[in-house]
Amino acid sequence: MMISPLLAAADTAGVGVAPAWVLAIPFLPMLAVVLTTLCAISKNKTKLPAWITVGCLAGSFVVTMLAFMTLSGETNTVTAWRWFDLSWGDGVGQQMVANLGFYIDNLSLLWMMFVTGLATLIAIYASEYMEHDVGKGYTRFFFAFALFVFSMLCLVMGDNLLLLYLGWEGVGLCSYLLIGYFYKKPEAVAAAKKAFIVNRIGDLGLAIGVMLTFVHFGTLEYAELFNSAQLQGYIAAVQEGRAGDVPLMAQLIAVFLMIGAFGKSAQFPLYVWLPDAMEGPTPVSALIHAATMVTAGLYLIARMLPVFLVSEWALPVVAWVGTITALLAATIGMAQFDIKRIMAYSTVSQLGYMFAGLAFLTSTGGVFHVVTHAFFKALLFLCCGAVMHGFAGQLDLRKLSGLWHMKGWRIVSVGMLIGCLNLAGVPFTAGYFSKDMILAEAFVTPGYGYSLLGWVLLLTAGMTAYYTFRVFFRVFTGPVQFEAGDEHHGSDDHGQDGHAHEDHAQGHFHPHAPGIRINAVLATLSVLAVLAAGLYFVSPDKHGWVGDMLEESTAHNVYTADHSAAAMFVIDGDTHGAHGHDDHGHADDHAAHGAHGGSILGMDPHKVMYYVSAVFGLTGILIAAWAHGPKGLVSGFIGGRVEAGKCRMDGVAAKLGPIPRWAENKWYVDEFYHFILVRPLRVCSHIFHMIDKLLVDGLVNLFGYLPRLLGRGAQPGQSGVLHGYALSMAGGVGVILFIVVMVTL
Amino acid sequence: MIATLAQAGFPEAMSGLTLYHYLFISAVMFVLGLIGFVTRRNLIVMFLCTEMMFQASGIALVAFSRFYLEYTGQVFVIFVLTVAAAEAAMALALVVLLFRRNESLDGSVWSLLKG
Repeated sequence: MMISPLLAAADTAGVGVAPAWVLAIPFLPMLAVVLTTLCAISKNKTKLPAWITVGCLAGSFVVTMLAFMTLSGETNTVTAWRWFDLSWGDGVGQQMVANLGFYIDNLSLLWMMFVTGLATLIAIYASEYMEHDVGKGYTRFFFAFALFVFSMLCLVMGDNLLLLYLGWEGVGLCSYLLIGYFYKKPEAVAAAKKAFIVNRIGDLGLAIGVMLTFVHFGTLEYAELFNSAQLQGYIAAVQEGRAGDVPLMAQLIAVFLMIGAFGKSAQFPLYVWLPDAMEGPTPVSALIHAATMVTAGLYLIARMLPVFLVSEWALPVVAWVGTITALLAATIGMAQFDIKRIMAYSTVSQLGYMFAGLAFLTSTGGVFHVVTHAFFKALLFLCCGAVMHGFAGQLDLRKLSGLWHMKGWRIVSVGMLIGCLNLAGVPFTAGYFSKDMILAEAFVTPGYGYSLLGWVLLLTAGMTAYYTFRVFFRVFTGPVQFEAGDEHHGSDDHGQDGHAHEDHAQGHFHPHAPGIRINAVLATLSVLAVLAAGLYFVSPDKHGWVGDMLEESTAHNVYTADHSAAAMFVIDGDTHGAHGHDDHGHADDHAAHGAHGGSILGMDPHKVMYYVSAVFGLTGILIAAWAHGPKGLVSGFIGGRVEAGKCRMDGVAAKLGPIPRWAENKWYVDEFYHFILVRPLRVCSHIFHMIDKLLVDGLVNLFGYLPRLLGRGAQPGQSGVLHGYALSMAGGVGVILFIVVMVTL
Repeated sequence: MIATLAQAGFPEAMSGLTLYHYLFISAVMFVLGLIGFVTRRNLIVMFLCTEMMFQASGIALVAFSRFYLEYTGQVFVIFVLTVAAAEAAMALALVVLLFRRNESLDGSVWSLLKG
């Protein structure tokens, strides 16, 4: 029997104690929360809250980098204070410990770095973007922003599942608060409610998963859980092909955790909240709904990967759901006209990729894509935000054209181009490498129809390239044409705006180019998005820097070396199982793949995927260039668009009949949910309302009516006539006397 | 028991009259007053009827007082008379006020307490 690297690492290295200064990482954002609260109390009407937030987040980022430099490669915990420490006996599983403690290993360090780094940059961006709200919602915005970062850090740093759950709910709350930031806009309020309610479904799954973990393994702390003999025993059993020996309860844990992940990370069928969440201010969309919060589900799976590996069904379901989501969201994204919404669907689609990546047992590919996507998608959103900010809320790609040629928009255009190249997976961009890793693994990993999923994901990659460059060609190239949005100053407005753009009538609208802070952030992110490609080359034998990082953490899948674990998903485990027992090192990954059955068109996927996916990506871009590109060099002389509103795709779409319209209407998924879930629920609630009103209220009201009825009955006796009273009094006395006489005699 | 007490307590001069006679007069007066109060509408007459009932109870008190040779009852009647006198002044003043309100002495005109 082979000893898994996980087991060996846990036994030899153990879990150390991190220095106390690590606590500054989550608590600096908390400090920002407290300080912005003080700003709100003192009715501060300056930009102070923004600078407090930026300062604290930057501090947090610096400490994170220090932690990365000193602590990476080890697993350390540090406890701030005791939170839950209960025991009801001396036996195993008779105590519950969940401290406010933090678990620093390479996986959490990865997340901490891009969360704090991007949060700092986006806070700087938001300080300019939200300027029109200074004195109104500005403090509230940065309060929720800082609280979000704190919650997110609790989520990724927590050393137990309960703290993860706290952070999970915390980010959900902040997401709700920030989507509904423009609380006077009915759409924003509806979107916020939708996000919150849809997330409840996932959160219930997570809660059940956490409870089952405790019930089954008797602990909530990662350090104990991953080292527990029970879990190690299960892993060993699966490795030896005895997956049936793992009890059902242990397998269910992964399934429930998976539901939680699907909710937070907007996977089918729970993805519907994310596109609507774009009602929030754009920095929020960039940070929460593209780069960080929506990757919480992936973090959960990566963190709990050992638990997922012992479940026979969880990972295949994740693979299928991820792929379906990727395809579905891409088809919807192709037909949208609102550029922010296109980016939202693209986020859903890319998250699908990441889930598929994790499920294909390449946590490296999945997490690498999380990191690269965080940078380029934040960049794309911030560029869209800059456009929206400058063109009075205009987001319709049919009404914007040629921004590249306008003064002051060059940095936005270049940033957008870099983001689009990454998202489209053009060779030698970061997005290209991370996506390839997932795609190749789809063909390598044996499983239920995984190679079919691989082809679907390849097709999706082409579609992604198409809709990405559709936006770029339509909005940023071609003749300079634009229409102002219908809102005076960006849709991020409360309706009454005292800003300088009040005077523009439709005829002489002057878009205002982004200022220094927005440009600086966009430039920084562009550079980072480009440099992210370099991460791949840091240690190529381990699939890049992220692979190097993950190798030291529990997210490193003990089977990556030979993929044999996947054999458990295959009916005839023998053919693949044979590879399971010879302990390959990680360095000879490629050799292992070669020996392995997986192939694409008869070749080793890891070698040809670079070319195949590049072909799909470039084809998508070429179609976009032909359909949406302007005349001239930029679209390779195949484009023919001469005005903002018309393109060749209009003709193609007309020939496709109603399909583009269906896609534009999101395949009527919302309507379907409305019909199948919302309507019945509403009918039920009406019925219960009637029961409540008739039965419960009726009973209560009956008791209220009873005295009134009695009074009504006694009312005629109250005639107001003096003689009547006298007579009845005399009669009463007479009756009493009579009774007394009868009794005493 | 009453008979024995009467034999023991009553002076000879009153031998023809027993306690029952007094109580009978008292009861008749009370009932007459009550009937008058209930049947008549004139406020002054009604007031006089209440006075009659008052005096009926006074007679009963004095009779018992004499019967038991206990003078508290008679002292009490003195008090009752005093109160009745004060009350008469008050009541007549009220009647005058009521008359001014409605230009009528009919008691049935007043029925503000009708529910």
